[in-house]
Amino acid sequence: MKDKIIKILIEARPEFDFNEIQEDFISGGMLDSFDIISIVSDIETELGVSIQGDKILPENFDSLQAIEDLIKESSC
Amino acid sequence: MRLSFKNKKITGVLSVLPENEVHFKDGINEYNFTEKQSLKLAKIMGYGTRRIASESTTVSDLCVHGLEYLFENNYLNKDEIDALILVTQSPDYFLPATSNVISGKLNLKEDLICMDINQGCAGYEVGLMQAYMLLEQPAISKVVLLNADVLSKKVSKRDRNSHPLIGDGATITVVEKSDDDENIELFMKSDGKGSESLKIPAGGFKMPSTPDTAIMNEDVSGNYRSLDNLVMKGDDVFNFVMTRVPEMMNQVYNELSINDDNLDYYLFHQPNKFMLEKLADKLGVDRSKMPNNITEIYGNGSGITVPLNICHNLGSTIKNESYDVCLGGFGVGLTWSLLVCKLGKLDFCEIINYKE
Repeated sequence: MKDKIIKILIEARPEFDFNEIQEDFISGGMLDSFDIISIVSDIETELGVSIQGDKILPENFDSLQAIEDLIKESSC
Repeated sequence: MRLSFKNKKITGVLSVLPENEVHFKDGINEYNFTEKQSLKLAKIMGYGTRRIASESTTVSDLCVHGLEYLFENNYLNKDEIDALILVTQSPDYFLPATSNVISGKLNLKEDLICMDINQGCAGYEVGLMQAYMLLEQPAISKVVLLNADVLSKKVSKRDRNSHPLIGDGATITVVEKSDDDENIELFMKSDGKGSESLKIPAGGFKMPSTPDTAIMNEDVSGNYRSLDNLVMKGDDVFNFVMTRVPEMMNQVYNELSINDDNLDYYLFHQPNKFMLEKLADKLGVDRSKMPNNITEIYGNGSGITVPLNICHNLGSTIKNESYDVCLGGFGVGLTWSLLVCKLGKLDFCEIINYKE
């Protein structure tokens, strides 16, 4: 799961090494709201998970773990 | 807040769009992102074509053109207009009110109420509310509601968050007294604490435009804009829509004892394709009942998207058919509203171009 998420993150922002940096994506200025939209679209397409609109919050995309948790929650 | 009305009816809707059409790809090199990133976002957000007014075209030009069309085609008699309401965020002047300017250009009668209302994405419902309230008066039988904006002039060409979305245009809605006793139920709320979420910081009396306010600055996302430009905090707006609109929709269902089976269409403001898809899913509404093609074809024209939605998606049938609809607006203010009514058997429902 983590590898797929990292691939999606790199697709959105190839200038960052998401294999090394795995948290503070939002607070560190690595992702903005439009990156989040792009990432949600990729997650839905590539992982077959639908992310509810009210779950698309910055805190759910601030770290690799938060994104993984969101995907797991959305899969239920 | 809930307001209820009866014996009033929308009898016609006309959309007036600048004939100048631009495509997202035309400005793609202005954005500080790779073409691949921008094209991907375009697909998700629904960036397509949009109608843009020329530098010299104003809100009054679009409205006058549309009203003259209605007079010439006998859809509307100018002497029957008792009130002219204009909802806009881009008036011709600070003063006088642009509705007065329009009245003067068309030589409308003096026994007329003119008023401008500063509202945006919920501007159709706000304008209808005012029209319905005026129609409670014995002296008023017919109100013309104008929604119009040329906000593209206030959006930075180097702001990928807003520039590919914004379109210009006007709509004209005729609202009249009616023998129909169908209920019209309007729900509306405001949260001024969110007023920073959508804003043009400079140009008013608080911060007059100066050479300094025109200086372009890069934001954390790589967009360039000045204080004279529209700024939208996309994540704030998105979260506001995803929480407050569903809450209000539940209130509507509960208080009116209806559900989505009772509504033929959800004719909502269309900020972008992604947001409206997520909203439809959150509400549990079949996406086919919530048309989502206006921003992609014409651009997001703020308060005009709902009436333009009616013209584009229902124009071919609504002169003969009636539908139970929920109109929805949400945005600047922050303001959000839902209006449940029967809509149909219109005298006219068309889209015309404004040639510049």
